[in-house]
Amino acid sequence: MFRRTVCAAVAALLVAVPAVAQQYTVKVTAIVEHPALDAVRAGAREALEARGYDVGEDIDWEFQSAQGDVGIAGQIARTFVGESPDVILAIATPSAQAAVSAARGRVPVIFSAVTDPVDARLVSSLEAPGGNVTGVSDMTPVDRHIEMMLEAMPGLERLGVPYNPGEANAAVLVERIKALAPEYGLEVVTASAPSSADVLAAARSLVGKVDAIYVTTDNTLMSAFESVAQVGMDADIPVFAADTSVVERGAAAAAGFDYHDIGLQTGDIIARVLEGEAPGEIPVQFVDRTLLHVNLGAAADMGLELPAAFLDGADRVIE
Amino acid sequence: MSVIALLGALEAGLLFGLVALGVYLSFRVLHFPDLTVDGSLPLGAGVAATLIVSGADPFLATAVAFVAGGLAGLVTAWLNVRLGILNLLASILVMISLHTVNLRIMGKPNVALLGERTVFTPFEALLPLPFFWVTPLILLGLLLVSVWLVHRFLTSEIGLAMRATGANPRMARANGVRTGAMTLLGIALANALVALAGALFAQIQGAADITMGIGTIVVGLAAVILGEALLSPRTVLLAALGCVLGSVVYRLAVAAALNADFLGLQAQDLKLITAVLVVLAMTLPGLRGRRALRAARQRSGGTGGGR
Repeated sequence: MFRRTVCAAVAALLVAVPAVAQQYTVKVTAIVEHPALDAVRAGAREALEARGYDVGEDIDWEFQSAQGDVGIAGQIARTFVGESPDVILAIATPSAQAAVSAARGRVPVIFSAVTDPVDARLVSSLEAPGGNVTGVSDMTPVDRHIEMMLEAMPGLERLGVPYNPGEANAAVLVERIKALAPEYGLEVVTASAPSSADVLAAARSLVGKVDAIYVTTDNTLMSAFESVAQVGMDADIPVFAADTSVVERGAAAAAGFDYHDIGLQTGDIIARVLEGEAPGEIPVQFVDRTLLHVNLGAAADMGLELPAAFLDGADRVIE
Repeated sequence: MSVIALLGALEAGLLFGLVALGVYLSFRVLHFPDLTVDGSLPLGAGVAATLIVSGADPFLATAVAFVAGGLAGLVTAWLNVRLGILNLLASILVMISLHTVNLRIMGKPNVALLGERTVFTPFEALLPLPFFWVTPLILLGLLLVSVWLVHRFLTSEIGLAMRATGANPRMARANGVRTGAMTLLGIALANALVALAGALFAQIQGAADITMGIGTIVVGLAAVILGEALLSPRTVLLAALGCVLGSVVYRLAVAAALNADFLGLQAQDLKLITAVLVVLAMTLPGLRGRRALRAARQRSGGTGGGR
């Protein structure tokens, strides 16, 4: 009796599994699951839906997260390559490297949310990636952010940047800021926060040395952003950020992009590849749109009076 | 499961088999809980990747990574043996300092190797096989040699002294074994093996990443203990083989978990599924044994009575 029940259950499963013949297979992997990377995934799906694909019906869409483990990222990449999908979407640098390494040009790899694809050796050039790889970079437009801060605070001379030197994207951004700072007459003071527990100390170490603090899209800083905002309010140092999501959490202002938009751009590339374009001929894309969010209360607490013109340019103002 | 996925699991299993051999030396032979490995894996990866990117021969780079791992192990053992710091704490201290050291060596958190010549490149040209066969085969050869070397080492005179150091340090000292020197040697060797794994890992994966060491000790311990459960080893050779086998079984469990979506399981369930599969792998042989034992008792007519 028991055996028969088991047999029936197994048979039911087998019948249920092979659904309708799907047109395309898209395998998706991310190094970890967190809101920004999840938004990329959701955006990519939406863009495909907007192009008339019914994800789940026309497209067999499977997602695997490496849960922060580079070794598992490699195993996921090999599992995916073994199934010869039409496209592998790899989100964030380590997953993208694992996918490109496993695919060896046999399967198209579209990466997303990779800060510096050339440095990560995913592509040899941004304009003509070559190989079977292309994607969307989440390189923050640092120049636009510096301009934003100078507009908000014309007297800004010394800029404090707390960051986690162990985070690839943060390290790249800090290099960019240091390279750009002289053009704008800025002096950059960095503070190291290797874990979220060190963020408060890093922010405090900047007091007295800087006129403003700038927080990049550094995951460690993002997770402990309140500590930075608190230091800013206590010491009258305005805190700016590269991610609009922390404006509600106490940043005076932030210019940033939405990871959902990155996902939309990624989804468009996937659609182009499914429709026959060679990934190697599609240039790597950057974010088109940045938004400015302002928190008036936080700015006042940090002793910053924002110019009217600056407020006029804001997409969202929190009173 | 596709052939590529299966070979990918085998490849990862063999790679972490080196880690398991290292953990076996420190944890089982010397009874030294060594967390240094979480730092020496990315150390090996970082050293090898940085050297290869700056134009060094990949074999030389891998050898230097091996030595670098050995030095890291020496520091841990030295803190313990000479400065008298508790072994667990000594290894934690070296592990966290290695984070900084690795960042310094690499200069950035991620050094990419995609497209560079690696130790696997010449073999790919040599062997008339698809690339996904080549790395597992080479790793298999390397692991068999490593297992044999570990066996030869542990059954040599120095190896016996090292085992005595772990088993009963006071007795070992009474018999003229320099236990401090044995600890230094053993922990250095263990971390050298782990760094070698890191160096090969980076060359397979296409990058050395500062985060790649997280959880190394957990995977290493799981492999050692799983290997013991699977082989119930009585000799050093079997124990060393068990480490590799345990590591491969662990990775097969991960691969199975990755393919478990038809059960309605999702990506975020991976670690729990892996753990459950490992528990099954460990307990099933035991259950079988117990059932066989019960059957044997019944056959013998229950002469003992009672139990």
